[in-house]
Amino acid sequence: MKEGKIAPLKWEIRMAKDSYDGPILEISNLSISFFTRLREIPAVMDFSVSVQPGEAVGLVGESGCGKSTVALGVMQDLGVNGRIVGGSVRFKGRDLAEMSAAELRDIRGNEIAMIYQEPMASLNPAMRIGKQLIEVPMIHEGISEDDAWARALDVVNDVKLPDPERILKSYPHQLSGGQQQRIVIAMALMSKPSLLILDEPTTALDVTVEAAVVELVKDLGKKYGTSMLFISHNLGLVLETCDRICVMYSGEAVETGSIKDVFDKMQHPYTQALFRSIPLPGANKNNRPLKAIPGNFPLPHERPDGCNFGPRCDYSLAGQCDGTAIPMAPIDGDDRHFTRCLRYRDIDWKAPLAGSIKTEATVPGRVVLKIENLRKYYEVAANALFGGSAGTRVVKANESLSFEARESETLAIVGESGCGKSTFAKVLMGLETATEGAILLDDRNIEQIRIENRDTQTVADVQMVFQNPFDTLNPSMTVGRQIMRALEIFGVGQTEQERRDEMMRLLDLVKLPREFSERMPRQLSGGQKQRVGIARAFSGGARIVVADEPVSALDVSVQAAVTDLLMEIQRKQKTTLLFISHDLSIVRYLSDRVMVMYLGHVVEIGTTDQVFAPPYHPYTEALLSAVPIADTSIEKKHIVLEGDVPSAMNPPSGCPFQTRCRWKPEVPGGLCEKEVPPVRDFAPGHQIKCHLAQEMLDQMEAVIKVAAK
Amino acid sequence: MTMFILRRIAVMILTALCLTFIVFFLTNLYPNLEKLAKTQGNFRMSDGEVESYLGKNGYLQPVGVKYGQWLGVLPGYVIEDNEGVARGRCIEPGMPPEDAPRRCGVLQGDWGYSTVFKKDVFEIIGEKLALTGKLMFWVMLLMVPSALVLGVLAGMHEGSRTDRALSTVAITTTATPEYVSGVLFIAVFASTAVGLKWFKGTATSAMNDATFENFFLPVLTIALYGMGYIARMTRASMAEVMTAQYIRTARLKGVSFYNIVVKHALRNALIAPFTVIMLQFPWLLNGVVIVETLFNYKGFGWTLVQAAGNNDIELLLGVSVISVIVVLVTQLISDIGYVYLNPRISVS
Amino acid sequence: MESLSWGEIILRMLAQFTPVWIALVVTFALSITFKRRLGLYGKLFDSPIGMIGFAMVMFWVFTGVFGGAFDLITTHGVLDQSASMKNKPPGTAFSKLMGAPDPDAYPYYLFGGDHLGRDVFSRMIVGAWEVIKIAPFASLFAFMVGITLGLPAGYYGGKLDTVLSFLANLILAFPVILLFYLLVTPEIVLTGIPVYMAAVLFLFPIVFLVILWNSRFHTQPARRNFYVGVTLVIGLWLYLGIAWNADPLGIIGFPPNLLVVFVAVVFVNSPTVFRIVRGLTMDIKTRDYVAAAQTRGEGPWYIMLWEILPNARGPLLVDFCLRIGYTTILLGTLGFFGLGLSPESPDWGSTINEGRKLLTMYLHPALPPAFALLSLVLGLNLLADGLREESLRD
Repeated sequence: MKEGKIAPLKWEIRMAKDSYDGPILEISNLSISFFTRLREIPAVMDFSVSVQPGEAVGLVGESGCGKSTVALGVMQDLGVNGRIVGGSVRFKGRDLAEMSAAELRDIRGNEIAMIYQEPMASLNPAMRIGKQLIEVPMIHEGISEDDAWARALDVVNDVKLPDPERILKSYPHQLSGGQQQRIVIAMALMSKPSLLILDEPTTALDVTVEAAVVELVKDLGKKYGTSMLFISHNLGLVLETCDRICVMYSGEAVETGSIKDVFDKMQHPYTQALFRSIPLPGANKNNRPLKAIPGNFPLPHERPDGCNFGPRCDYSLAGQCDGTAIPMAPIDGDDRHFTRCLRYRDIDWKAPLAGSIKTEATVPGRVVLKIENLRKYYEVAANALFGGSAGTRVVKANESLSFEARESETLAIVGESGCGKSTFAKVLMGLETATEGAILLDDRNIEQIRIENRDTQTVADVQMVFQNPFDTLNPSMTVGRQIMRALEIFGVGQTEQERRDEMMRLLDLVKLPREFSERMPRQLSGGQKQRVGIARAFSGGARIVVADEPVSALDVSVQAAVTDLLMEIQRKQKTTLLFISHDLSIVRYLSDRVMVMYLGHVVEIGTTDQVFAPPYHPYTEALLSAVPIADTSIEKKHIVLEGDVPSAMNPPSGCPFQTRCRWKPEVPGGLCEKEVPPVRDFAPGHQIKCHLAQEMLDQMEAVIKVAAK
Repeated sequence: MTMFILRRIAVMILTALCLTFIVFFLTNLYPNLEKLAKTQGNFRMSDGEVESYLGKNGYLQPVGVKYGQWLGVLPGYVIEDNEGVARGRCIEPGMPPEDAPRRCGVLQGDWGYSTVFKKDVFEIIGEKLALTGKLMFWVMLLMVPSALVLGVLAGMHEGSRTDRALSTVAITTTATPEYVSGVLFIAVFASTAVGLKWFKGTATSAMNDATFENFFLPVLTIALYGMGYIARMTRASMAEVMTAQYIRTARLKGVSFYNIVVKHALRNALIAPFTVIMLQFPWLLNGVVIVETLFNYKGFGWTLVQAAGNNDIELLLGVSVISVIVVLVTQLISDIGYVYLNPRISVS
Repeated sequence: MESLSWGEIILRMLAQFTPVWIALVVTFALSITFKRRLGLYGKLFDSPIGMIGFAMVMFWVFTGVFGGAFDLITTHGVLDQSASMKNKPPGTAFSKLMGAPDPDAYPYYLFGGDHLGRDVFSRMIVGAWEVIKIAPFASLFAFMVGITLGLPAGYYGGKLDTVLSFLANLILAFPVILLFYLLVTPEIVLTGIPVYMAAVLFLFPIVFLVILWNSRFHTQPARRNFYVGVTLVIGLWLYLGIAWNADPLGIIGFPPNLLVVFVAVVFVNSPTVFRIVRGLTMDIKTRDYVAAAQTRGEGPWYIMLWEILPNARGPLLVDFCLRIGYTTILLGTLGFFGLGLSPESPDWGSTINEGRKLLTMYLHPALPPAFALLSLVLGLNLLADGLREESLRD
């Protein structure tokens, strides 16, 4: 009975799958709200976008703008509190909201598939990978387990994973992050869906792995003829993967159009502000600084009247922009290019950025920090849970680090996870002691002095700014108390009152209102928390500040403001800034010198110009190629690295990079596998750790080229 | 895996030694021995008589030595009294001292003699353990499945009306200790005052012939208290799993709700409750003692009360050893089961 | 005099509880009015479950305080026997076998009389006081011990953790009832072991507070000395009085049989608290704000007590409520087996035990304390549930 009922339905869908030729997905005037006990919170308002067959549409915006909610709205999976309150979502002409639960189930996974941010979390930890994959066609097409298994093998092959048989039989935790994300992609492709929704699919991955995954998604999209809705906060990534783009702000689409139109002829002030706040090649902290978007992202229940962006917009006119809701307006002459701005005709989009302050480049002073041949090895139990008998293993977290840092200089330390940058920070801070080598702070050795044995001045001199803004402040202490505690510890001020005044001065320094001293951290936004973290780090007049990815967890528009704040304080206080990051765009923007690390080794070090121009270390070259750049005029050489970063527990022999290096065949005699390469000087201050012959290095071409306009 | 189990067993033996020593130490404190001497001799013994009685029976040796003898790793004491008759730990009445074994302790299977039951401790424990085993079997059979079903049903739709109702039931049962629920059950179902008389208020007859009528109330009483706890654990675990990203993945793959629960959620959701069930044993033992006392079911728990109440040292030690071993073995099973259930932990 | 009908019994009982009702209404009115300013406690009044639980708990707290400490609710003395009232059903008019009853005495046994002719209602009320006196403080001490040991075990890990965890598991592997039977006996009290255990266990709160002040104010010695000094003077005074029964001023004392009960309950509860604190510490110590404290050279105890502990307060608070409930059950168990407390004690466990012997004939002596205990523990569990829900909502 049941069979007979379902079979014709399936057949209908199959027919639809083959014969339909309108837009795959058509979202028109969609509004979604979440309902809490207190109020209705509109998450998405009047949102329209359509995806044509074979097209890839990017959905871009900052966190909280509603882009993920759109995706869940398409999947009709908004949870108990969420509801579509207006508009429609049509998939191949059929309204998804009118479908029954069974019909929806037939479409999910079969016609529309979704890929999420956290690959580990989206795979069932207690189920073998194969079982999770074959489930999809078995549910939707009713094929036998053997056929499904065969198809799983094919698809796993397609996502370029080695040894598919073994992979299908393993559990998710046995794979690396990059492999897991490939499995998630494979799972989405098992039933050859017509639409693929990708929600920040690469955010949790390392840059070089991200590049490979993006490449894969692009190729497979073409191969399977799948349309894509690509959700990301990264404009560069959207440029690389999509045909069209839709920019969202505070629950609304503010501009949609083809990549070319939106990137080169933007028609909305928010889009423009967004582009001005990200570090594109050519931006420079001294003569072409970034411009942060003033103000804060409005909370969903505190949105202004009229234009949501109005209060932060340079072009906003009282009486015009703050009236009624603003509709999307088509741009004449462009293909499906819309903007939600009343004044787009009045604005001179070509006008150069006004009011940006050029500053003098800082002059590096004397050497304050000198690292000589620093090594840090850890001994870890071979098996963390049941260890003991199997003996210990040595992890070489840092291998012979040597460099100097000068007063008022910014030195960037670049590398992916496991490269040893965090270990270095720990040793420098005194949370760990060095295994070998020396750290000289003003010619005093501190590498063996743990933090509890350092004198107050040394501790105050070397401070740190942390990565995660949600973690950097103690949630149960007011902002003021936390800064004052640091002042107490550093012995600043004689009385409570003096420290209170100093704390207020620090809040001024990081441009936070003085009332914030009485706030709890949860009442602050991410950027504000990060500012408090900076104030705390500078409370003892720090001379060396280690900034561990201080802006990577922040939204693009906030990143610029926090970066600039750091630069400004550095200029005032002649601080030495050690800027740890994996994001080469921001590194190029703000650093004076760059050090590239891979698996505990410094593979290249030099001034910013030297490192960003050939000759490169092969890893630097790949890293540069992997970073997405949101500029249509940039041409990038395409280098995709195979595999993942090896584990620091089990590093390859010889050169640490040899397992993924594309230049390895050029070195004769398998030298790369046998010996760690020597450090070679190229220009004054430019060193590369590589076996490649001089001629080969000289032949290298620049990875990033600005095309003539 | 073998390595892991061996390590666990080593820790277990160490724990068992520590625990039995503590029990041995506490039961062999002088006031306890004095009480023993007086109950064995007469209550009007003078201090000197007590001392000589204890001395004659080897009770005045250092506690470490006594523990070693009880354990069977040290040779049993031999004391000659004034008349030249050798008395010894291992010398049975009427046995020539030369024939007696050198060591006689728990390890040799000699668990001592109960002063209350006038029987061999090992024999009593075996008998009582079988009775309690019967009780526990039915308790587990009632408790575990109903708790799991309750928890899974409640956690499946967190915040729903079913969830609220089932959670309230679970909270109420965890708030009702056995001596309260047992009293209530007897009052409602077995008393003349209410007059329902569906069940019997004692389970003494169930020792030989357990029927629904005489056995259901004690089983229900123990099961109910533990059930609420396991159900709440299962509910929390299930609710957490149901909000996990991979459940959303499964849902958006088009898996039906039934299959999501059964194939995707259940295994992950049962990891936490499994350990809890196993770790419930020390707690269940409490229930057993209370219920056996309340329903006059002369099993292991009842024996514990008798032994402790009457200062029957050897029997109390035997009971302690067994309960400690039961607890430790269940902990071991829980550890192994956890590794087995949770593929994320690999034992290489 | 006629016996009361059930309706009259209920009315009279409600009237007896008047002070409790007034206190409850005042508490709720104040709390709900100011709930936005009261933090997590105020948020409790957003959750119906939490509110019901809180009401049940406060009902027994007020009953215990008014009835046990101020003698406001009770109708007869808890130890007064009247031979003619033996096993009389609820609502029976008060009489004495010989002579007329005191004209000022309450004219009824609302819940009847027990097998010795004592008033069941009054015994239930005073039983609440027995619990309120011990359970929260025993739980608090267990928390002090568990926190003081759990924080370093979780923070440092390594050998210290191995040893402490082994000890905790050792105690946890002990069947509670066996421990009680071994520990809570008159013979053990004679040996002085409970006093030594109390001496060790009760040292923890003082150590805890001294470390707390020192780590916070070591940069300001004057303030530190003041706080530490005050703590030491008051703490050691209480310590001498409670643990050693040697208060130099002679104000504070602790009956030895109550001390052994208290020590046993703290001893049984501490390892569980230890495990919870240890787990929370291991989780929280990976946060960046802990690293920030480390990099500015804070001492380990400051980090544990001021950076980690405040952020573990949610789960600990929830567990504290549950633990008071569990302690109440444990106290009942002790009473049920007649351990520690005197046989005449009106505590619920003992009363249930006495009542059960005649249960098939007379229900009324056993049921009131059974329901009282059930409702208090249920209230605590509901309160914990409400707290958990509200603290997660942040």
